[in-house]
Amino acid sequence: MLKTKEVEFNYDNQMFFKFQNIDLNSNENLLIIGESGVGKTTLMHLLAGLLKSNSGSIKLFDKELNQMSSYQLDSFRKNNIGIVFQRPHFVNSLTVKENLQLAQYIANKNDNNRIESILKNLNIFEKSNKKTNQLSQGEKQRVSIALAIVNSPKLILADEPTSSLDDNNCSKVIKLLKKQATDFGAQLIVITHDSRLKKHFKKSIEL
Amino acid sequence: MNIFKLSIKNIFNKPLSSSISLALLVLGVGIISLLLQLNTLIKDQMDNNLRGIDMVVGAKGSPLQLILSSVYHIDSPTGNISLAEAETISNNRMVGSSIKILYGDNYKGFRIVGAEKKFIELYKGVIKEGKDWDNPYEVLVGSKVYEKLKINLGDELISSHGLRETGQSHDEGTFKVVGLLKPSNSVIDQLIITSPQSVWDIHETHDHDEHEHEHEHEHDNREITAMLIKFKSPMNIIQFPRQINENTNLQAAVPSYEISRLFKLFGFGIETLSYLAYLIIIVSGFSLFINLFNSMRERKYEMALIRTLGASRFQLSTMIIFESLVLTISGFILGLLFSRFGVMFVSSLMEESINYNLNSLKILNEEYWLLGLSVLIGVVSSLIPAIQVYKMNISKILADA
Repeated sequence: MLKTKEVEFNYDNQMFFKFQNIDLNSNENLLIIGESGVGKTTLMHLLAGLLKSNSGSIKLFDKELNQMSSYQLDSFRKNNIGIVFQRPHFVNSLTVKENLQLAQYIANKNDNNRIESILKNLNIFEKSNKKTNQLSQGEKQRVSIALAIVNSPKLILADEPTSSLDDNNCSKVIKLLKKQATDFGAQLIVITHDSRLKKHFKKSIEL
Repeated sequence: MNIFKLSIKNIFNKPLSSSISLALLVLGVGIISLLLQLNTLIKDQMDNNLRGIDMVVGAKGSPLQLILSSVYHIDSPTGNISLAEAETISNNRMVGSSIKILYGDNYKGFRIVGAEKKFIELYKGVIKEGKDWDNPYEVLVGSKVYEKLKINLGDELISSHGLRETGQSHDEGTFKVVGLLKPSNSVIDQLIITSPQSVWDIHETHDHDEHEHEHEHEHDNREITAMLIKFKSPMNIIQFPRQINENTNLQAAVPSYEISRLFKLFGFGIETLSYLAYLIIIVSGFSLFINLFNSMRERKYEMALIRTLGASRFQLSTMIIFESLVLTISGFILGLLFSRFGVMFVSSLMEESINYNLNSLKILNEEYWLLGLSVLIGVVSSLIPAIQVYKMNISKILADA
């Protein structure tokens, strides 16, 4: 399902990253673990099609990302990938529900039942009509998970979802992510420096 | 949810900065549109009352005052002239037609004008109820007068001396309403019109009281206030007024000339004010630009988020331009509303003092240009922010977070 080969990336000829090859089958989750500065976020952006690699190949769901135009990447992303960011981002002028509706609109979907079931599943349904800046940190994280899965992606990419959490919450969040991925039929790739997550994944690679 | 709705939500999310740009635009558009409206309405009104009058003859004094008093009935007359002298002029071969008018009295602030019947024809006055006057002391009443004072056919009006309400009242000056005129959208709407004889009669007796010693003169000392003249040929307008002004002790004034002089006089003020208003519109454009530019920086993470959700660059840029256009177009609409209320306010003020009504709220051609200008301001001020969003490096923004 995901196959990368000799992916290289450099920022303005200053930082140079060469990533090891990844080979991930369908129905597998993956933990990518690495110290700060080894290019974790860069790798995630490459996988999400937010960046293009300088050389090598990234094959995701049998599509070669490096050969797509920026417009094709936008459209590929909205149909296949959900992203959970290290720090949750929302459209501040919208409520929780409207944020999810916007995500659906962008993907040409409109399904309020799905929004409702996702929010219920994440235990934040009663926050539907709250503005996102009225939420607690934990609630924000759950809404950002909801945003990642609302368009039924085949792949969820999570960037440092647990870095600022204590042990108890760390394990709660990762379990929640795994459960959501399973419940909605998506594969999960977590990129982190947090070695506490190792025990939750059968497959992991170190950068 | 769609991009347009999102734009509107974004505007309402920043009520303060949005309303500052909006207020500036409303002010700019409002002032310009108000000036346009007033200018057009006053000009229309002035021209409407000018039709068929090439020249006015009256007593020496300010020519503008003569025009304002005897054509528009808003200033005091310059004085009276003798009927005999007026007759000499009206018999001149260059004169096509002439109408003698005379003032003296008012009824509750509305002027009572003694005039020949041609006066009503000049303004295309039509009797709605009742009949024309046949005898002295019978009057026709203009539409605004009877509407405002609730005058009915057959009522008796006791006039006051002079043109203002506070003048002493004559016991003799009791007029009988014999006819009501249809609204004609001209000056006769706010006049009470009677035969010249009525006015002479009242003041004859009146003068007896005050100047009995003058009574020994037996010649015709009847006077009129002014005479409205239409020439046989438009060519005479150059020569004839000058002849009168140089050779007689009467004054001849040309309304079209005096009115264009008046417009030039306050046209300067209007021009200055409209430059100021255009400046305000430009400032509103800048404020809009700064708003969008700042909110772009504040919202760069949410822009990046929207992109990662799969929105294209084009959709995001469209959102920014929408935000700007929603503000400028609603600024334009509110500006027009503002100017309409302004026109209503000004015309209510003017109706109090000079009994003019300026109400007409049609959209002028120049206002379509204002709409174009507003849209242009909206597009131009959002162009740089929209281009920035288009070129935004989402990966870099997200990595910096």
